Amino acid sequence: MRRLRFIAQKEFYHVLRDARSLTIVLAMPMIMTFLYGYAINLDTENIVISVIDYDKTSESRNLADRLYNSTYFSMPKTKVDNLDPECALRSGRTQAVLIIKPGFAKALHTGEPFSLGLIIDGSDNNVSAAIQNYASILLQRFLTERLDPHVRLPVVKISPQVLYNPDLQSSHFFVPALVAIILLMVSALLTSVTISREKETGTIEQLLTAPVKPIEILLGKILPYVVIALIDGIIVLIFAKIVFGVPFVGSHLLLLGFGLIYISTSLSIGILISSLVKTQQVAMMFTAITTLLPSVMLSGFIFAIKNMPVALQLLSYIIPARYFVTIIRGIMLKGAGLHVLAGQGLILLLLMTIAVFIASRKFSTKVG
Amino acid sequence: MNQPAVVIENLSRHFGQFKAVDNISLTVNKGETFGFLGANGAGKTTTIRMLCGLLMPTSGGGKVAGLDVYTQPELIKKRIGYMSQRFSLYPDLTGSENMRFYGAAYGLSTSRVHQRIAALSQMLSLHDFIDRSAASLPVGWRQRLALGVALLHEPEILFLDEPTAGVDPVFRRMFWEILYELAEQGVTVFVTTHYMDEAEFCGRISIMHQGRIIRVGRPLDLAQELGCENLEETFVTLVRSQEETNAPS
Repeated sequence: MRRLRFIAQKEFYHVLRDARSLTIVLAMPMIMTFLYGYAINLDTENIVISVIDYDKTSESRNLADRLYNSTYFSMPKTKVDNLDPECALRSGRTQAVLIIKPGFAKALHTGEPFSLGLIIDGSDNNVSAAIQNYASILLQRFLTERLDPHVRLPVVKISPQVLYNPDLQSSHFFVPALVAIILLMVSALLTSVTISREKETGTIEQLLTAPVKPIEILLGKILPYVVIALIDGIIVLIFAKIVFGVPFVGSHLLLLGFGLIYISTSLSIGILISSLVKTQQVAMMFTAITTLLPSVMLSGFIFAIKNMPVALQLLSYIIPARYFVTIIRGIMLKGAGLHVLAGQGLILLLLMTIAVFIASRKFSTKVG
Repeated sequence: MNQPAVVIENLSRHFGQFKAVDNISLTVNKGETFGFLGANGAGKTTTIRMLCGLLMPTSGGGKVAGLDVYTQPELIKKRIGYMSQRFSLYPDLTGSENMRFYGAAYGLSTSRVHQRIAALSQMLSLHDFIDRSAASLPVGWRQRLALGVALLHEPEILFLDEPTAGVDPVFRRMFWEILYELAEQGVTVFVTTHYMDEAEFCGRISIMHQGRIIRVGRPLDLAQELGCENLEETFVTLVRSQEETNAPS
């Protein structure tokens, strides 16, 4: 135990006295949260829509106002040429054009069938789907209000109720998963340099002539970083709360518990990488590539795992972030309890054990 | 009772086709100061690393302090002190931090570590720089600190791999005075060096060439045997004659 404590203490000194490690510890989580949190935003607002009004009545002007008064749509900077609306779409000055043909006001009063033209820039299918939805919702509301109070509409309608993220804010969906990815990357980066640094500076030679067991060295190297990565996790969560307003429905204690498991798993992966490579540079590169990219792609962070090809789905099972993304979303957004998430935690523990086992084998058989 | 400190029997270590250490045998007695000489790449460091449990031999046997290098490396580690060729203490830690860390690694109690640090600071005059980071120390001071770490747990055998490389003569002399003092206390010193004046201080020396030990004996006896004036000439003569016999005709 005393050996473990001293190894841990020594690692603490290394971090505190090394500018590069300190940068990873302090700056990286914040920078990544900001970057990803703001850059990845699927909420579509302020879509530029142009209205070509041939009807020129108070009704048609009301409809246009209704669009522009919503937060979804805004006016183009320059007016669109009535004869060639497509030109504006091509140049990107507008994302959609609504054409109100003559007879709109009249049709409203008589109730005869009438269609409005909506030309949409479909090059970004997320935006074009949003335009269709928003436009038809606004039009529907407009029509319902214009109707004669005596007219009775059929009362059957769908009233969807969105649970856990009622405003469908994409940040609520992304930021918890972001915590998972940042924690993985920071933790793995921290430990990935610990053994390779000893190989590079030659200190491993002296260390291994002392009667210390490989497992003592590995655990002694992991322990201090559990504390450091936990602090990082808390920083990122506070950011999530303050900057992105992500709700926290579930138990803080439960997240702390799972967080500790996840951090330990991530640190073990860093240790594993460190035991395989010779220099710190290679270790950092290797860690960044093997943790960041697969985690972003295969954890369900952005892309739903169940829509992937089977091979990728299988691969995703060895990505620790996959499990923690489920855990943290479950706890923060749904208030999921231990019994729902225990399985995910167990798999993380299993991955950690495997990583530490391989690392200690590598460590004892391959010196320097 | 006078059990040898190091016994090597037909020890070999191959790296692929390359025979770094090729079937060497050697016995070093307890309390002896033994000079393990050889040209660069002769296999000295490989031999020392096998004896310290850092490297497994390919074949042959070795006993250190009566313990087997294959089966008891963990027990050997407790009884030996090692100074590698390359400075290998933590550069970002201070001298005393390095010593406290290794004290714990060797399983010494906190009070024992403090005692040892005090005693070694006295013996190696480490006081002036023990609280400076190891990276900031001049080479000679670093080597004294490294010796201090190697001596923390009072080992019976010291393996020193070129401990005085790149160190000025005054420091070297001081370093050897310390080694003498240790030998007087009964510590076996197994040391490699390229400085022949240092080798002359050794009780016995061996000369290694291309993985084999070509001569073992007292320095002056070897010189006399070959009719050389000093050890340096002896060493050069021996290594050259080996290279001539090994050269393809």
